[in-house]
Amino acid sequence: MRRSIILYLFSISFLCVQCKKDSFVISPYKAQSIYSGGQNGTVIDESGNAFGLQVNGLGAQEKLDFFVGNSFFNQNWVQSPSSTTARDGLGPMYNARSCSGCHFKDGRGRPPQYDGEKGTGLLLRLSISGQNAVGGPNPSFNYGDQLEDQGILGVPREGDYTIQYAEMPGQYPDGTPYSLRKPIYTVSNLSYGAFESDIMISPRVAPQMIGLGLLEAISKSDILAHVDENDGDGDGISGRANYVWDPKNQTTDLGRFGWKANVPGIYQQVCGAFLGDMGITTWLFPDENCTGIQSDCSMAANGGVPEIELSNLEPVVLYSQTLGVPAKRNADDPDVIFGESLLTTLQCTKCHVAQYTTGIHSVSALSNQVIFPYTDLLLHDMGNELADNRPDFLANGNEWRTAPLWGIGLIPTVNNHSFLLHDGRARSIEEAILWHGGEAENSRNLFMKLNAKERNQVLKFLRSF
Amino acid sequence: MKKTFIFFTIATISLVSCKKEDPKPMDLSAPFKAQAKETYTKIAWAVYEDSYLTAVTLKSKVDAFVANPTAQGLEEAKQAWLDAREPYGQSEVFRFTDGPIDVDPGYEGYINSWPLDESFIDYVQGNPTSGIINDLVNFPVIDKATLINQNQNGSETNIATGYHAIEFLLWGQDFSASGPGNRNFLDFKDGGGTATNEDRRRAYLSVCTELLVDMLEAVKDQWDPNGSGNYRANFLTLSDDAFLQKIFGQTAVLSHNELAGERLYVAYENGNQEDEQSCFSDNTHRDIILDAQGIQNLIEGNYKRVDGSIVSGTSLYHVIALSFSDDATSIKTMIDGSVTLAESIPAPFDQAIINQDASILSTVHNLQDQGEKLVTIAAKFNITITL
Repeated sequence: MRRSIILYLFSISFLCVQCKKDSFVISPYKAQSIYSGGQNGTVIDESGNAFGLQVNGLGAQEKLDFFVGNSFFNQNWVQSPSSTTARDGLGPMYNARSCSGCHFKDGRGRPPQYDGEKGTGLLLRLSISGQNAVGGPNPSFNYGDQLEDQGILGVPREGDYTIQYAEMPGQYPDGTPYSLRKPIYTVSNLSYGAFESDIMISPRVAPQMIGLGLLEAISKSDILAHVDENDGDGDGISGRANYVWDPKNQTTDLGRFGWKANVPGIYQQVCGAFLGDMGITTWLFPDENCTGIQSDCSMAANGGVPEIELSNLEPVVLYSQTLGVPAKRNADDPDVIFGESLLTTLQCTKCHVAQYTTGIHSVSALSNQVIFPYTDLLLHDMGNELADNRPDFLANGNEWRTAPLWGIGLIPTVNNHSFLLHDGRARSIEEAILWHGGEAENSRNLFMKLNAKERNQVLKFLRSF
Repeated sequence: MKKTFIFFTIATISLVSCKKEDPKPMDLSAPFKAQAKETYTKIAWAVYEDSYLTAVTLKSKVDAFVANPTAQGLEEAKQAWLDAREPYGQSEVFRFTDGPIDVDPGYEGYINSWPLDESFIDYVQGNPTSGIINDLVNFPVIDKATLINQNQNGSETNIATGYHAIEFLLWGQDFSASGPGNRNFLDFKDGGGTATNEDRRRAYLSVCTELLVDMLEAVKDQWDPNGSGNYRANFLTLSDDAFLQKIFGQTAVLSHNELAGERLYVAYENGNQEDEQSCFSDNTHRDIILDAQGIQNLIEGNYKRVDGSIVSGTSLYHVIALSFSDDATSIKTMIDGSVTLAESIPAPFDQAIINQDASILSTVHNLQDQGEKLVTIAAKFNITITL
């Protein structure tokens, strides 16, 4: 008896100490799961800056480099020539002037709210049929692989696009109505001739930047363990790995970043975005992003070769790897707890795999972390309605990578919007669920059959991330 | 057994109460916190009103110069710009807390945006016809609407207005090791012969300065003690905890992240001559000192206005001292030390960067420690600040 009292006392004092430090008091099990990014990777913040904080446990030099990265992530690039030579070389054509233009406050971009609104975080990838030399999308001859809708003075932008939405009303089995909006894209004002007849267009929104290094730290074998390419277990869900060209290591590797898992690592993603989105050359992609017929582009002044030096590029990579994941909120709310169990019942967690323990990462703070990203980083057929019909390495036109769910509840706080999915067509988490087709159709139907209270519990759980 | 049961009951009750809220003794510091809040708003009003008034003076000097461009007139406008930077630099401590300077429509971006897209505004070395000033086709008229539209075009931050755009027009690009940029006043005089489109350059300078005044006026009004329903009025209704959250947060973030990290370390690491905020006028050393001084003003509750009068009162320092006197002493030592260290960085800053002057790193480390210390002290008030 005495022993149990002592134990009890001990646990109480432990809890009370916790309670003093922190606002939530929670059982040990949940104490772990609120740390979505693990011990090091979780930050306690639910303000508008919740996506902009560095993970814990960085070394002294890494902490300083984080700020260098932050500076080059946030500040605008300017057109060359300029006095600020470390920060010039914008364009000649571009989609945004800074990383933060699209990933505003390290958060999520959105489609334009009106025709001509630019730099909000949506861009159009382009390609024609066939593959390029390394098995990736085959770029348009005149326009390359992305429509750049802005140019520096003297260089015409490639073109504009507008979006019209068609409302698609529907209702739940219980009679509750909803409406989904389907985007229709129109490209206009093309400056460099007509598109090829077989042009394929894939709109992509900039996702939130949190926890990327943790995803990079998941071991390949842990990802591949969920591959079920031919649906061997007969659950209707396949899970396919994308294998993509890695320009940095000059080899083919497992893709894990990008909407189609088309990029193998954060370094490559950062260099790709510098060139494709801002027109900034790096050692990895040293040539300006001008096609053969874009002579104004080719002749424009550049900001040095490369335009961002290695000593500034690497901190941007580090920065992109080390933005922490906000802790889960309202974990004690019974609705949130029920919602979590419903997620399993609905089989959402077959693809949105909840938990991993990270392997070894070059940023040691990211290694060996128990994390809850809710993704398998694999490709799934999401149905015809969501399809972009544009292959990207092994991904076909119907496949998308399972998006991590962490942070989605805070997007409205950070970015003042709640647009989700690859092109921001879903106006809420609920709409995003309702868009799920293909391999996820069964889960969507199960969700629709829930009663209103249960649906709300699922949404409450998802908003607690 | 019964005893055990009672014990369990008590333990459980205490656990429940712990969950709700710790029993609080009477907060003796409450009146001090209320006074500190008041002082905060007084300093904010004073520093923004000073920023506005010095910008109005700058506007009058610019008006005089564009009406009759002379070398003397240009020098006077430059001096007015330098004078205007003094209060504005000290106001930067009011950033990073969703105050009037940062919230919609993001005045800070219009007022103090950096780096500047020089060749988007005017000619630069290597491109004699670049910029809005020289682009009569796309920009037939240069007025406020033109500049505002261009600023909104492209990204969430802005590139063609604010102090640094005016600075660029007054000084020009800086290619000198020893001094600032040296734009010829003839750039603004019809037929001056140093550059074309003098009239449009005058218009740009004039409109840009007018916009600066407009924006500062809007920010200032939010802190006006005679304004009703403005930010200040709401601020005074904040709970003590919400107030402490703001003041600890903004001073820690400015110390640790913005000043130590972005302004100083990034420039130091780069070793790039013009990776500094006031690169045309070589006034960055003042920007750094003024940021550090702004932190000192706010935490210690003492601001010397441009007219020499003093605004002072109970401050965060006093609130800390009441409960944690050792911490109050050490944070004051750090803050005063950071201003002294910032003053020790040799001017011009661009040469200090290139020479990798050790004083820069000492200042960085001091400011980082200062930020971390503020976080530690905040925790003693049950305030969580994440850097």
